[in-house]
Amino acid sequence: MAVDRFLTFIRVFLVTMIVVGLLAFIWQQFDPENPFAQWRNPGARGLTGDQFKGLLISGLSQGSMYGLIALGYSMVYGVLGFINFAHGEVFMVGAMTGFIASDKFQANGMWESNFLLCLVLIIVMAVFFSTFTAVVMERVAYRPLRNSPRLIPLITSIGVSFFIQNFVLGLFGPSTKSYPRLPEWLSKQRSILTFEIAGTRLLVLAVAAASMAGLWYIVERTKTGKAMRAVAEDKEIASLMGIDVNRTIVTTFAVGGAMAGVGGILWGLMFRSVTHMTGFLPGVKAFTAAVVGGIGNLGGAMAGGISLGSAESIAPLVILEPLGVPGVSQLKDAVAFTVLVLVLLFKPSGLFGERLSSEDRA
Amino acid sequence: MSETSSTNGATALLEFRQVNTHYGAVHILKDVDLAIYPGELVCLLGGNASGKSTTLKTLLGMVTPTSGEVVLDGEVVNDKPTSYRVINGVTMVPENRRLFKRLSVKENLELGAYLRNDKDGIAEDLEKIYDLFPRVKERLSQKSGTLSGGEQQMVAIGRALMSRPRVLLMDEPSMGLAPALVQQNFELIQQIHADGMAIFMVEQNANMALSIADRGWVLQTGRVVLDDTADALMANPELRASYLGEG
Repeated sequence: MAVDRFLTFIRVFLVTMIVVGLLAFIWQQFDPENPFAQWRNPGARGLTGDQFKGLLISGLSQGSMYGLIALGYSMVYGVLGFINFAHGEVFMVGAMTGFIASDKFQANGMWESNFLLCLVLIIVMAVFFSTFTAVVMERVAYRPLRNSPRLIPLITSIGVSFFIQNFVLGLFGPSTKSYPRLPEWLSKQRSILTFEIAGTRLLVLAVAAASMAGLWYIVERTKTGKAMRAVAEDKEIASLMGIDVNRTIVTTFAVGGAMAGVGGILWGLMFRSVTHMTGFLPGVKAFTAAVVGGIGNLGGAMAGGISLGSAESIAPLVILEPLGVPGVSQLKDAVAFTVLVLVLLFKPSGLFGERLSSEDRA
Repeated sequence: MSETSSTNGATALLEFRQVNTHYGAVHILKDVDLAIYPGELVCLLGGNASGKSTTLKTLLGMVTPTSGEVVLDGEVVNDKPTSYRVINGVTMVPENRRLFKRLSVKENLELGAYLRNDKDGIAEDLEKIYDLFPRVKERLSQKSGTLSGGEQQMVAIGRALMSRPRVLLMDEPSMGLAPALVQQNFELIQQIHADGMAIFMVEQNANMALSIADRGWVLQTGRVVLDDTADALMANPELRASYLGEG
């Protein structure tokens, strides 16, 4: 069949590209003068260890932000079985809240004088507004559609996404908002275990890790988390146990929104610019991460985010550059979505996804 | 046999008074009267689409009657949610067990006690369930989806008991169990009943159900057509012909 042959072709093509690129890269590391190493990209000299470590760190920190957002996609999918495409906007609301608050803090000098307090405050505020957005979204847009086919809330979520983008555009205008600089003592380069890490990235990794630990605790160790997992599996029996299914769904949106809010703050501190469109690309990438990790699986969402961030940071220089592809540093997004295609071609349930039986999911 | 003892003035635990239900325009239950008294084992028999599942769902508040009253301990609970009825002692072992397969056995049992806040009481009841089902205790940390059918049945019953019910509704308890387990399952039901639990059982296996029940009803297209003691039902020629595979 034509489609099968086409898919096979893509599979073979992508795998060949990855294998040849990797081999050429490894060859360059050991013997730059070798004709195979020079075959596609004469003059390539490979990467130094420090360069590679730098790529890894930036991939990890980027990926952990994707992971934080991906959790929200995955949790909502787990409980309601649809993709909430407006979740990227929840993240954007967090980043925007962080900008407004940190801008004020900078204006009154508190940003410099007591940065840690400011950081805690902007995180709390961003979490509050993101959670609020997610909960209102569920109440207004999705709850009335609870019993309709899954395509309906999915399309609705795209509408909700446009609505929030334009709402924020109307409130704050189209200009790019710049976060204040982090204080020097925090953002300076540090050397940890031979890794040269910018303090900002360290902050991102630490806050992301703490948030995930918190989420893990809620989901796995508390009664609310148990209720969430029960509702995700069987709403009817969950309500037979006396669980308030509606309240549990709201909690799921709230927790996912909180994670996206933290992600938004980290994004703002890292890239220092926010617009009403900030939620789009990270949102789509995080959705990709959730699928890569196996949607509905929280550990998978995190792992998917980190793998995706690392892949888009490392693969351009390690696989594409040795193949002689021009302008590799601009191909991050292409790499990220190629990862999605690869996962869908080879393991459609995601890297850590359980096989979905027809009984579990329609 | 026990009809006199159960109806001599005691208030019913759970009662239907002239209950009618509809799914859209379809009339499911028609003027159904039922009463379950403390400590009895009663069964509801009926073929497919006779309204047995709707009866259970209405007792639990998942379906609201269009007319008539659902009465719990003398209180009309028509518009009370499922959680209210669970708190007040009604619970169900669902058809096909319906465990939370991705959750551990322990978590399944704990979810049965979701509405309770008495930590000591919960721990005590867990111990009771381990005594009743020693095999369940060995598998506490396993995901419940990995258990055998018989073990899943034990966890499903255990989960229901964790809410400290006074009346246990059982939807087709022998459905999907291997024949050897069916017998064991009915013995288990008798054992729980012997501890004083009222049990309301919906069952296809009429012979087996009537052999352990005190009383029974026969439901036909949403209407109660027979309401008698188990012994009388067993002897009823009509019932023997239609449900017990004789005649």
